[in-house]
Amino acid sequence: MLKVENVVCRYGRIEVLHGVSLEVGAGEIVSLIGSNGAGKTTLMRVISGILPMTGGRIVFDDEEIDRLPAHLRVVRGIAQVPEARQVFAPLSVNDNLLLGGFRRRAADVPRELDRVYALFPALAEKRGIAAGNLSGGQQQMLAMGRALMSGPRLLLLDEPSMGLAPVLVDQILDTVVALRKAGVTVLLVEQNVNAALAIADRAYVIETGRIVLSGPSATLADDPRVREAYLGL
Amino acid sequence: MPEFLQFAFSGLTVGAIYALVALGFTLIYNASGVINFAQGEFVMLGGMVTVFAHAAGLPLPLAALTALVTAVVIGLALYRFAIEPARGASAVSLIIITIGASILLRGATSIVFDKNFHSLPPYAGSAPWIVGGAALLPQSLIVLGGAAAIVVALWYFLTRTLTGKALLATAANRLAARLVGINTNAVVGLSFAVSAAIGALGGILMTPITFTSYDSGTLLALKGFAAAMLGGMGNPLGAVVGGLVVGLLEAFSAGYISSSYKDAVAFLVILGVLFLMPQGLFGRGGVERV
Ligand SMILES: Nc1ncnc2c1ncn2[C@@H]1O[C@H](COP(=O)(O)OP(=O)(O)OP(=O)(O)O)[C@@H](O)[C@H]1O
Ligand SMILES: [Mg+2]
Repeated sequence: MLKVENVVCRYGRIEVLHGVSLEVGAGEIVSLIGSNGAGKTTLMRVISGILPMTGGRIVFDDEEIDRLPAHLRVVRGIAQVPEARQVFAPLSVNDNLLLGGFRRRAADVPRELDRVYALFPALAEKRGIAAGNLSGGQQQMLAMGRALMSGPRLLLLDEPSMGLAPVLVDQILDTVVALRKAGVTVLLVEQNVNAALAIADRAYVIETGRIVLSGPSATLADDPRVREAYLGL
Repeated sequence: MPEFLQFAFSGLTVGAIYALVALGFTLIYNASGVINFAQGEFVMLGGMVTVFAHAAGLPLPLAALTALVTAVVIGLALYRFAIEPARGASAVSLIIITIGASILLRGATSIVFDKNFHSLPPYAGSAPWIVGGAALLPQSLIVLGGAAAIVVALWYFLTRTLTGKALLATAANRLAARLVGINTNAVVGLSFAVSAAIGALGGILMTPITFTSYDSGTLLALKGFAAAMLGGMGNPLGAVVGGLVVGLLEAFSAGYISSSYKDAVAFLVILGVLFLMPQGLFGRGGVERV
């Protein structure tokens, strides 16, 4: 479904992705793991079209989307839950979700809204509250709900468990598994490597802008390099 | 007392116009981080184009509509040909670009039209009502009512329509706005169009009271900027309150001290805000922009 080929990206003169390639097949959960500053967020932003790339190709559904502006990639079915949630703080929960459906046909929005509120009942109680006043966990749910409002086929999740209590982390990851069952393909960036490998089919390890390892999650979880560097074993 | 009321009436009337200019600053600043010093030119264009279109034989409503459309087209052109190509430039460069644009607009207006002062007949009679011993012109009520209607329409647009919410979302978090599929460049263009429309409407409302000429936008921009600063740059409510306060301060200092200080009030407000409360009256602390 998604094919990233030799993507190069730089901030000014500093190159941070040195030719990254990865693939996500329809219906998969694929994890991308790597330490701080490895380039995970940069890659997610390149896939969404927020950051321009200086080399390589991105193919989605067999079509090159390199030149497609960010807002049209959403129309194609790519949604992202960005790092640090990035909710529209002064706007209400309900408005945040409506904006998530910005590119949907108006007729589809109410049904999707009901579905998101059913998935995250805690949000339903807070419809009218400014998103900035929600707790961290609720903001994370809101960021996910907002991404789901676009009806994505590929969901990019950038560290959805960051800064959350363990109970909430489980809840968020359970939701990811449920979404996959519902037909959404997921590319997941996680610091919580244990949990990420537990729910993913396959994973890639990125280090300083290069993919250094990849394979089925179970294989990676047993790999001595992964165990030492990311699982602290 | 009648004197006080008289100053208050005239202060609120000009204050309503400053409030509209300040709202124009606010909208564009929120959507793009740009402080658009050409904002006063939209007001000037609203007045001047109405005057000349009317003089050319168009009925007043049509002349006003022509002025509105002209200002919106120029606002969009300003964005498309001056601001967008400079994307990523520093705030200072962008401000200089808008100042350059305002000089260009002034020059073009003086060539296309002329350098004289113009006015329009009041839209509803010129006989003042006497309220508490002070004279209240019907046109003043039209200015106040018109400005209030514009504020309500803008509020409705921003909080009740998806497009308006997209503008607020872009102001709140541009990255997230792009990720939900908002074309943020188009939103910034829209903010220029709406600001131009608001400015032009202000010019159309005030011209029967205040005279207009090719260079009347300069002081208006200064005063609207003072109002926006006073209210807290980026806050629409603050812009409205700030506009009314600057108008009242100006009218009272002109009335009780000397009319030669009138235009200095805006400078004093800007300096006072900068030194004493950089966030303004309704400022939201430390707005970060990328
Ligand atoms: N806006 C920027 N300008 C310049 N360099 C940047 C910018 N954003 C990130 N970088 C650099 O690019 C590299 C990759 O950053 P990125 O945020 O993609 O890492 P990450 O893997 O997401 O890290 P984390 O786990 O901390 O989220 C880092 O070295 C970072 O310092
Ligand atoms: Mg990151």
